[in-house]
Parts: sequence; structure tokens; C-alpha cells
Amino acid sequence: MSKNLAWRAAGAFIVIFFSALYLVPSLRSELPSWWSALFLPQEKITLGLDLQGGMHLVLEVETPKAVESHIERIVEEIKEDLRSEKLRYLELKRVGTEEILVTLMREEDGDTFRKLARSSYPDFDFKSLPGEDERRSFTLSLQPRAKSRISKMAVDQALETIRNRIDQFGVSEPDIRPQEDNRILIQLPGVKDTERAIALIGKTALLEFKLVDEDHSVEEALDGNVPPGSEILYQVSVDPQTGRERKIPFLLEKRTVLTGEYITDARVQIDSQYNEPYVSLTFDSVGARLFEQITGENIKRRLAIVLDNKVNSAPVIQDRISGGRAQITGRFTMDEARDLAIVLRAGALPAPVKIIEERTVGPSLGKDSIEKGFKSMIIGGVLVILFMAIYYGFSGVIADVALLLNIVLIMGGLAFFGATLTLPGIAGMILTIGMSVDANVLIFERIREEVRLGKTPRTAIEGGFGKALVTILDANITTLIAALVLFQFGSGPVRGFAVTLSIGIVASLFTAIFVSRIIFDYIYVYQKVKKLSI
Amino acid sequence: MEFIRPGTKIDFIGKRKVTATLSIAAIVLSIVILLIRGGPNYGVDFSGGVLVQVRFDAARSPSEIKDALSAVQLQDSIIQEFGESGENEYLIRVRETEVELAGIGEKVSNALRAEFGAGTEIRRVEMVGPKVGKDLRQKALFAIFYALLFIAIYISGRFELKWAMSIVMAVCLVFVVYVASSFGMSITWLIFLALLVTLGLCWVLNLKYALGAIIALVHDVIITVGVFALTDREISLSIIAAFLTIVGYSLNDTIIVFDRIRENLRRFRRRPLAEVMNGSINETLSRTILTSLTTLVVVVALFVLGGGVIHDFAFAMLIGILVGTYSSIFVASPILLLWEGRAQTSARGEAGLLRRLFS
Repeated sequence: MSKNLAWRAAGAFIVIFFSALYLVPSLRSELPSWWSALFLPQEKITLGLDLQGGMHLVLEVETPKAVESHIERIVEEIKEDLRSEKLRYLELKRVGTEEILVTLMREEDGDTFRKLARSSYPDFDFKSLPGEDERRSFTLSLQPRAKSRISKMAVDQALETIRNRIDQFGVSEPDIRPQEDNRILIQLPGVKDTERAIALIGKTALLEFKLVDEDHSVEEALDGNVPPGSEILYQVSVDPQTGRERKIPFLLEKRTVLTGEYITDARVQIDSQYNEPYVSLTFDSVGARLFEQITGENIKRRLAIVLDNKVNSAPVIQDRISGGRAQITGRFTMDEARDLAIVLRAGALPAPVKIIEERTVGPSLGKDSIEKGFKSMIIGGVLVILFMAIYYGFSGVIADVALLLNIVLIMGGLAFFGATLTLPGIAGMILTIGMSVDANVLIFERIREEVRLGKTPRTAIEGGFGKALVTILDANITTLIAALVLFQFGSGPVRGFAVTLSIGIVASLFTAIFVSRIIFDYIYVYQKVKKLSI
Repeated sequence: MEFIRPGTKIDFIGKRKVTATLSIAAIVLSIVILLIRGGPNYGVDFSGGVLVQVRFDAARSPSEIKDALSAVQLQDSIIQEFGESGENEYLIRVRETEVELAGIGEKVSNALRAEFGAGTEIRRVEMVGPKVGKDLRQKALFAIFYALLFIAIYISGRFELKWAMSIVMAVCLVFVVYVASSFGMSITWLIFLALLVTLGLCWVLNLKYALGAIIALVHDVIITVGVFALTDREISLSIIAAFLTIVGYSLNDTIIVFDRIRENLRRFRRRPLAEVMNGSINETLSRTILTSLTTLVVVVALFVLGGGVIHDFAFAMLIGILVGTYSSIFVASPILLLWEGRAQTSARGEAGLLRRLFS
């Protein structure tokens, strides 16, 4: 055997063999133990959500709210600073989403405040308010750089919190990653209870403890006379029988005395008396001390537990509570209690999130899609194989071998690159079957022409392959350009299509030009078969 | 075995008046249908909204489904049958409204299950908010634009072998588009502009093969979109992918034919262009028909057996392949002929003018 042919055959064989190796894990559910010992590939081909079933979510973090909360916190800090520096003020409040307005009582304090603001609050631009009060009225505006820093931190924090929650929810192989424009992409393969998952992910879960304002009446506040420093929040309960909502208003002090960030643990317990689940909270040492202080100073007053701005309950403080434990009760189902415990443990989201895209595929549809996709591939493939064998005779059979090798190469390639197989991806493979025949057809037609011109089999083969090569490359490049553009701008299923198409084109070039040639050379040149069956 | 005997001489070019009329009629029809329907039928991917695919355990009528949905104020949704008949599968489409989109999927599922029992299976939910819909529209248009750009560069370079010229053309194109976009032109118009500029540049720079190929492409896409509008199918992301693939695939055919024409023009310098073209098309006919046939076989298999989700994609590919093959034979070459004819008459005209001037 000529050296050239031997080397080429070996090369082709190695490529095909490795593809097959990468394909094995997807075909067998259990790999023998010696497989991993030899460092052989172990991963199945990743199936897209449209084939596995599962949920794809894109959330948008409402970063303006995170900035607002940050500004509120700064307002409190400034309050403390003014108190310690003994600077008395008329007004101190947040204005809009990014500014703080401060009006001092005495003009002489202006300079002290300016120095304070410049040194302690470098994120803000300090300006005097024009007008007659300009020596004691100032605005602090958040710098754009600081604003984007806070926004980014909010997204990062939201990402971590959601990841925490999903970890506890128990989804295999979730995919959570940030995207541009304050978005988070979440893919949960195999998720069955989509409602629960969405509720779990989207809940802000801000837990606050506020004292009930016992000094003023709720009715007066509802009429429009809300006392300064207080607010109205509602307790919403759903009657399990009628399904109707009841809203009970509570007048609470605005000041939050304790938040959920001090919680170290939240567990579901069953109330022995009513057999109903409730969530028991455990505070850390700082939180426990604060809780002790609050309960000690406010005996006989009611302490409202507020979750996401809705009042959960407002029990009366009977005694100073030390040991840092509290309970959240309500008409929970086991699932609701468990989910509440999860979000309290994982922590609150720094800003609300909004679901802007959701694509959910049920597992039965996924299975159907795979079955139907592969069925059409097999039937289409068989038809093409038969056709090639009938039309081109033995050469057609060679083309068929190339086609089958193509499929092995494509699937092996997918496994090798860790690419995802989607339903359009299967369509892409099917297209490749039809298109890969093209390359062979080009070669065979050229060979037929050469034979008609009276050339010997060997010369005809050489001539055919040679002349067709440029045209084959050309013809496939345009489809490759389309595939690459689709890869760049597509997402999910479309990307899967682009990947399979690209790999398919490269594979078909390889088999048509390289592998078919080897087989032809072996039979007609090496074995010197005289008659060209084509 | 051979379909096309060697030495076949079908007069393709001779039939060009008939085929031109056919093509122009098809294009006009497509545009008219698009205008009547007020543009293509955009799916949830591009127009936003919610899509729910439901399978019932017994036959339900659309009006029954509407009644069930009125419990959640969604009785105005569009309901259509999906997949094979007898599967009791339906698509429920809620267009983008002021209603809060997130959670409509769940609302619909609950309402349907409440009305029709636990045998109701929610197969698929797709919700696309307005912002994401806009993003996806942008991305799709960018994809089309860049594909057009790269293909224009490749065709001009490859066909005319004037790579420098094609770079010049690409630069001109990018420049013009950049200027237009800074005036705030929407991306759809930018694509039209890019197309016009490309055709114009091909005209001016005498890139005749490129011109023929691009016109054939545009012909293919317009007709395919027209057929989609005619059959009221939705245009989703995967359909755009199908369009781009058709573009790539149709170019293959055209390139093959043009390569032959060029090869034969070099060999038979003296023969009239129409005869050489006819000969070339006949020579490549075997290959063209065969490839289209094999690809069609697999696409038809996908169309018939692939299931509802991939059905529209397969349909797009089907139409695209048929029209693409037709255009490679009957559209691209006649345009070349037209161009060369004008060039020759104008050359003769100039020669005549010069003679008259100097005689």
C-alpha cells in the first residue's frame, strides 16, 4: 500500500475513532469502571431545554430601587452624623431617586457640614442650593459612577441570593448567569413545578419588624391623616373556601427596628395544637441583642412582622425576649412554609426583580420532540442512502458510508465542544445529511464526465476530485457564513442550530474530500479494480 | 442510472420571458399580501406576549376554551389548533397588553385545569416581555444585516476575483449605513438601504455576477416571506434562522452555475453568451436537481414527521429550497444575460457613435 494512502487512512481513522469515543457516554447510561480510569470522555451530549424539558427565565433587577434604598440608608447615616456633630437641621430627606436635601438650622454650621460631607460621603456631589438659604441648604447628588457601582452590586447580590435559593430548592445543574442591562439568565432543566420555582425566585423576601403605632387611630389614617413617621400596611389573607382576599389595615411606625439580615436560620415546624406548619426564625448574636432590647423596651406594644411590605402578624410583646427566636405563622401549606424558610435563609433580594422572559417546556413535549426529530432523521437518511446507492451504484454506497460517518462526527463534535443539542439542532443535522450529499454528487458528476471523455478509472477519479474541490469549498462557505452570523446573534435553540450546521458542514467537507478519496483510492488504485461503478 | 442524459439541451434561457413574468408576478403577489396583512405575522418572539401550548385529554372546541379563559379575563386570546389533528393540542396566544405578562402562563394553566380537569397538560409556555421582544427584533435584524454584508463581500470577491473591489464596496456600504444610522434610521430601513447600496455598487462597479446572485437571493426571500404571509404562519426566531440558511443554500446553487458559465466562457470565447449559458446550466443540471432532491427528501421527512414545534421551520426550508433551485436556473443567469446584452449594445452604441463622430 502506498505510504501516502496508509497515512491518510490512519489519519481519517483516528479522527473517526475519537469522535466515536466522545459519542459513547451519550449512548450508554452506565460506563464501565475502567472507562474513567483511562481518562476517556464521560459527558453525555448536553440537551437543550426544548429537548429535556425545563425552564428558561430572564430577570431584570430593578436597580433604581436598590439605589433608592441605598440613599435611604445614607440619609440615616447623615442623621447620626449630624447628631454626633451637634448640627441641628430643619430638613433632611431623600429627593427623587438620587439626591438628598439637607437644610441646617444655623448658617454657621454650613462649613462644618461641607467638610463632613466632602470627607465622609465622597460618592456624592456637594452643592449649595441657590437662593436666600444658600448658606444652610445643600443637596448631595449621587455621582453616576457610584450609581453604576451600586447597580452592579445589586445585580451581583441578587444573583448570589437567587443562586442560594435555587440550590436549596434542589434543581440539578441549574445555570445562572448575569447578562447585560442588569439582567440575570436562569436555566433550570427538568423543573416540574414552575409556579413554585417562579415564586421562589421572584420573591423579594424583605423581612422587617416594625412597631405598631398605638398612639394614633387607624381609621383616621385611612381617611387621609397619616401621622408623620407612620405608614399604613395591610395584612392580606385569602379565605381558603371562597378564595376571596381580605385586607386588614395596620398603622405602623415607619422606622424598621429589625430586619431579616440578622437571621441565621429559618426552619419549618409544626404547631402541635393546630397541626399547622410555621416558620421559626433564629437571629445571630447582634440580632438577638437588638431583639431583646426592642422587646424589653416595648412590653405590651404590638410588634408587626412585615414580609415584602405586607403585614404577616402583629403579636403583642408580653415579655423581654432573649435567645433570639421568633415565629412566623399564617395559613401555610407545607410547600409554602418550606419555600418561605428557603428565601429567609438565603436572604432578601437587594431590589425587586421582574421576569421579562420565560420559556418553559414540559418534559413530555421534550421527549416527543427528540423522538420525532430522530425519527425524521432516520427515515430521511434511509431514503437518501437508498437513493444514492441506486443512482450511483457502488460509488453511491461509498457516499453513504461517508454520510453515516458524518453523523458520527457531528455528534462526537457536539460532545467534544460541549455544545448543546436543540430541536433546531436536530433539524440542522438533517439538513447536513441532505447537503453533504451535494459534495459527493459534485465529485461523482465530474468523475462521470471524465469517464465519458474516455479516461481510465484512476485518472477519472483524480480529475473528478481535483476539479470539484474548489467548487465544493465555495458552495459550503456561504452556508457557513450564514451559520456563523446566526451563532453570533442567536440564542438558545437558534445557536444550537448554528453550531450543528457549522460542525455538519466541516464534517461533510472532511468526509467527502478526504475520506471518500481514501476509499476510492483503496479500491480502484490499490486493488486496481478495473470497472468504475458510478 | 442517470436522470439527465449527457448532451441534454433544454433551452432555459429561451424561456426567460415566461419565467421572468412568473417571478415578477410572484414577487408582486408577495408584496401585496404583505401589505394587505399589514406586515409579516410576528410571533411572540418579536411582538411580545404569551404563548401557551395545551394538550387536552379529550376533544375541546375553541369556544369552550375561550369560556374557560374568561374566568381570568383572557377570553380575547387567539386560539388555534396545533400539530396533528386528533392530538387535541391547541395554542393560546395572548398579545402584549397592559396586563402584567409575568404569571399569565400560570393563570392560563390554572384556569384551564380548573375547567377541564387534571388531564389538561401544559406542554409549553413562552412569555416575552416588550423589552426582550424589542431586543430580539434588533438582534434578528442585525443578523440579517451582517449576513448580507459578508455575503456581498464574498460574492463580489469570489465571482469577480476582484477582492480589492469587494473591500471597497464593503467599506462604502458600512460608511453609508453608519451615516444613515446616525440620523436615527430604524434598522429595517437600514437593511433596505444596505441592499440598495449593494445593488447600486454592483451596477456601478460592473460586478455583474454579484448582481445576478444578489437579485436571485432577494427574489427567494421575498417569495418565501410572501408564502408565509399567504398561509398566515408566524415568523419566529427559528424562521429567521431558516431564512438565513436558505440564503446560504441558494447561493450554493448559484455559485455552481456561475462557475460553470465562467469556465465555459473561457473555453468558448466565440460563442454567443446565451448559448454558453444554456450549455452551462444543462451541464450542471444533473447536479443541481440531485442535490435539491436529496435535501428536499430530508426536509419533507422533517416536515411530515418532525412534529408541530419544528413544522414551520421545515415549511420555510421546503419553500426556500424549491424557490432557490428555481432562481438559480431561471433568474440568476438571465440577469447576467441582460447585463451583458446592455453592455454589448452600449459598446456597439459607443463604437457607432465614435465612428459617426470621426467619419
